[in-house]
Amino acid sequence: MSVSSIDPGEVAKFEAMAADWWDPTGKFKPLHMLNPCRLDYITTQIAAEFDRDLTAPRPFAGLRLLDIGCGGGLLSEPMARLGADVVGADAAARNIPVAELHAKQSGLSIDYRHTTAEDLAEAGERFDVVLNMEVIEHVADPLAYLTACQTLLKPGGLMICSTLNRNPKSYLMAIIGAEQVMRWLPKGTHDWSKFITPDELYDLIRKAGLDPVDRKGMVFSPLGWSWHLSARDLSVNYVTASIKR
Amino acid sequence: MDNPAIGRILRDMAYDSDILIVGGGLNGPALALALAQGGLTVTVIDARPAPTRAEKGFDGRAYALAIASKRLLTVLGVWPQVAAYSQPILKIKASDGLAGQGAAPFFLTFDAAEIEEGPMGFMLEDRFLYSAFLDAMTTTPGITLLSGETVTQQETTSNGASVTLASGRRMSGRLIVGCDGRGSGTATRAGIRRHGWGYGQTALVTAIAHDLPHHGIAHQFFMPEGPLAILPLPGNVSSIVWSERDDIARQIQALSDDEYLAALRPRFGDFLGEIRLAGERFTYPLSLSLAEKFVLPRLALVGDAAHGVHPIAGQGLNLGLRDVAALAEVLVEASRRGEDIGAIDVLERYQVWRRFDSTILALGMDTVNRLFSNDNPFLRAGRDIGLGLVNAMPSLRRGFIRQAAGLAGDLPRLLAGQAI
Repeated sequence: MSVSSIDPGEVAKFEAMAADWWDPTGKFKPLHMLNPCRLDYITTQIAAEFDRDLTAPRPFAGLRLLDIGCGGGLLSEPMARLGADVVGADAAARNIPVAELHAKQSGLSIDYRHTTAEDLAEAGERFDVVLNMEVIEHVADPLAYLTACQTLLKPGGLMICSTLNRNPKSYLMAIIGAEQVMRWLPKGTHDWSKFITPDELYDLIRKAGLDPVDRKGMVFSPLGWSWHLSARDLSVNYVTASIKR
Repeated sequence: MDNPAIGRILRDMAYDSDILIVGGGLNGPALALALAQGGLTVTVIDARPAPTRAEKGFDGRAYALAIASKRLLTVLGVWPQVAAYSQPILKIKASDGLAGQGAAPFFLTFDAAEIEEGPMGFMLEDRFLYSAFLDAMTTTPGITLLSGETVTQQETTSNGASVTLASGRRMSGRLIVGCDGRGSGTATRAGIRRHGWGYGQTALVTAIAHDLPHHGIAHQFFMPEGPLAILPLPGNVSSIVWSERDDIARQIQALSDDEYLAALRPRFGDFLGEIRLAGERFTYPLSLSLAEKFVLPRLALVGDAAHGVHPIAGQGLNLGLRDVAALAEVLVEASRRGEDIGAIDVLERYQVWRRFDSTILALGMDTVNRLFSNDNPFLRAGRDIGLGLVNAMPSLRRGFIRQAAGLAGDLPRLLAGQAI
């Protein structure tokens, strides 16, 4: 195994949570709530890049997709349902059997692996799409990690990367609000100093050899108690799309 | 490159249909059409054999379709088949009255000219609407209609749902949707409790032919015994919904046709000239019945199965079609995102969207009925003044019109006339 970019302390935290992945009212409730918004962005970007019709059955058939930090498979399963050939990778070993078990229950065939982006890149695995969602704020070396993502993409491939912005508002919302007041996330889930601003992320993506093409905010509205995409408000959660030319 | 058809075949092997709809009334077929247009496969289980429901004779039953409902039917391709048989409602006049004394001086008029969308709604006979749904279901790919079948058992698991039919046949899907009315067996089998109460009132429903034209005007007379609605149908015919105390309604229903008309005349009045019966006479006991939950994992309730309302103002079907539009949009969007359409977090989006609206409307109609079904002189004076005030305030009146036309609130796309 090559030198991993994953911080060992971070892996242990997620291992402790793995069994709760699929309970929409459990520990991962915030991720379940965020999921439709993330999926809207992901499906729209994939459809645009690969010219697919989302109203057709299995629109992503023929696309090889990697879900990094797949956890219990909250993104891998929808991608497989839409027809993609999915590899789900997670650095926490305990997530793999949880995800495999659930995919089997759902009647889906997904290749879950206990591995890292760096190891997959070194092994010569290549993908049309790399999903890199809510992962980069947990890695020790973001540039090395994004460079591995770039290597994993076929030419013309698409990377979707989401993370949290670093500013006083995100500290208030993600650390004070989500972890301490609402208890949506266990305390210590996030280290605010590892959050990345959208401009810093664009710079990192370019340095890694990819071409950033789009970014949107993911905004929680307390009135509708749900998340939506925003072209202007990238102040807390945001998501980007990048192409390997 | 994979062949996309292979996935389709695999999926169909795993489930008979994506969605099992129990109930073939009007909401069930409407939901089936909306879902099939969105690319999902549907099985509709209808207890009644298809041919008896599609017979052409007029039985006196008709619906008041709100503009939003008409838009939904247009997108579903049903409206063009029935438009020629519909009667636009151009005005609604509501007044307070005592049998034999005519309308009180204050009355409320809602005029279609006040909103830009055109007529406030359309009257349509049940037979035309149902047969248009039946035709559309048989020609739309992805819909399987099982007529004359009843559900004896249902089961939901972590990854699917199934029903066992009286014929012994078993059907499986990703979720079950109960469109089976206020006595919903789907809700009962799932252990969903209901809250509700009777009003001690029964609606007498029939069609009346009259000598003079109705000019597209609907009337609602609020009588102490209960409201009388006179709703225009094509030609010199109107549908009536005549509410009376249960015991009186039973007596009226037992009368001969001539005696029935003699009892109706003082309430109906003579503004449309001489009146005659033009359809069968039906009775419906009035009650409110709200399901405690509209959704469970792999199960959803639609229309009267979720919220049976008083048929005042014809909102029952319109409310049901709002459910249809919201549930279809939630499920089709979830399916296009690759989500599991039977998962509780997906179904809760439908419950959150519809529950507030339908509960408010059900309770609102209950309040209107209790307020008006009363001969207390103080209440009577109060509501006469109230009606006069609403009539004098155009913005408030437009609000009522838009609510009745189904144009208020967070509209699902189908109700705005857009495909999902």
